[in-house]
Amino acid sequence: MKTDIKISARNLNFYYGSHQALFDNNLDIHANRITAVIGPSGCGKSTHLRIYNRIFELYRNQKATGELLLDGQNILAPGVDLLQLRHRVGMIFQKPTPFPMSIADNVAYPLRLHYQLSRSELADRVEQALRGASLWDEVKDKLHANGMALSGGQQQRLCIARALAAEPEVLLMDEPTSAIDPVATLRIEELVLELKKRYTIVIVTHNMQQAARISDRTAFFYKGRIVEEGETSRIFTNPTHKQTEDYITGRFG
Amino acid sequence: MQRSDTLFRYTCLGGAALALLLLAGILTQLGMHSAPAWQHFGLSFLWGSDWDPAADSYGALPHILGTLLTTGISLALAIPLALAVALFITEVPEWLGSLLSHGVDLLAAIPSVIYGMWGLFVLVPLMQEQVQPFLAETLGLLSLPGGAWLLGEDGYGSGFGFLTAGVILALMVLPYMCAVMRDVFRMTPPMLRESAYGLGCTRLEVTRDIVMRYGVRGIVGGIFIGMGRALGETMAVLFVIGNLMESPAGLYSCGTTIAATLANNFAEATGLQQSALFALGLVLLLMSFGIQLLTRYYLSKRGENN
Repeated sequence: MKTDIKISARNLNFYYGSHQALFDNNLDIHANRITAVIGPSGCGKSTHLRIYNRIFELYRNQKATGELLLDGQNILAPGVDLLQLRHRVGMIFQKPTPFPMSIADNVAYPLRLHYQLSRSELADRVEQALRGASLWDEVKDKLHANGMALSGGQQQRLCIARALAAEPEVLLMDEPTSAIDPVATLRIEELVLELKKRYTIVIVTHNMQQAARISDRTAFFYKGRIVEEGETSRIFTNPTHKQTEDYITGRFG
Repeated sequence: MQRSDTLFRYTCLGGAALALLLLAGILTQLGMHSAPAWQHFGLSFLWGSDWDPAADSYGALPHILGTLLTTGISLALAIPLALAVALFITEVPEWLGSLLSHGVDLLAAIPSVIYGMWGLFVLVPLMQEQVQPFLAETLGLLSLPGGAWLLGEDGYGSGFGFLTAGVILALMVLPYMCAVMRDVFRMTPPMLRESAYGLGCTRLEVTRDIVMRYGVRGIVGGIFIGMGRALGETMAVLFVIGNLMESPAGLYSCGTTIAATLANNFAEATGLQQSALFALGLVLLLMSFGIQLLTRYYLSKRGENN
């Protein structure tokens, strides 16, 4: 089966002030696949992910060098339209981040931002997005309730719906289930599996079972370097590096 | 150990009880001393507009309206300014933000009599020579419908009056409003901001739709704190309000506020006039209480929704 490369990281280095956090990261993200990023805490997984939509630039002392190609275009180059980049590359965070507004408005927010839609179109797209995040049945009767009143798992699916509403091409997920109970976690995993038909997904996780369950490809980070990456089945059954093997067999981490 | 705890407990209890006792005492005193005025004028004291010691006839309306007008002007000026300053402080680099914070906080340390003197010697001439011609001619407010009522027939005033008092009050309440708003904006979770930026929001959109909404309780809280201060502020207003016992007739007209009337007249007042002044004091206290209650009610209602 032919696979397209959606994102390609080339010699990425990352600095917090003078402290270097990432070293020469090279990684291909395949389109319509789930790529899991694993590794012990503080090894640079999230840092790596935060380059993909340049969200790190909100902080003055953070800097990335190298190239990050999105459909062949280097998004770290000057002159890239950040708003458009973030429209194409959505992000889900470690904790649910519902906005202080109603459920419907949360999902409609990016739509109002990026599109001019009539009322009925807006309502349709909100419903679509909520269905896409398999949240619709739970909230259809309380669309005007505050988004913060939902349970943690529902809030996270609301955030996924909000990200989907903008119709991104890539979905970045930074430990999306770390603050959520196991049952809700399973629902989100099912959802992620469903979403890969339409989106390219990169998920940072410290849960190796999760990586094994849902991802097609896995990248193992250690101390800011990508030690090993490849098909998930191979990484988990036949890792080539000793460090990878030690980590996935639970000898450290 | 236990004995010291008991002692500690009763000391705290005593302090708490004292606060309540003082409040009750003040209310009782105001009620007792103002009773003759209420008996004499009834509730029509509230909408009477005389203040004539010769005829012993007193009404509260000019004072109430004056208080509301100066407070209203000060809020209209201070709210946008405080919001802008608070947002700026939270968005700029740490060192600049804290420098500005301290600067704004210092505004609160200036005694109100200094504000009054500054108002009299600097602001009043400035209003008369620059601001009033600017409003009337450059902005053309005078030619708008109602302009003549707002600014007076020719659009010129003495520099004293309600607008000048409102400007000074705005400066005086600014640091209080700003401090509350700033603290609330700083509490916006970074992840919430990031997720808004992550959707492709501009800075303005994140500020308007996320930070300000998230901090709406703080914004309202700050506004009410400012309003409470503006209502009761006496000394600075006294310098520039003009001290006429008349209801407001436009922004440049001279008048009075409850607090200014009390400060100006108490020393000489006797009999029914003194009682009327106590009645005014009671009205001011109840207005402040009303605002407190409104704040509480609003914040508790919002608390349920979030």
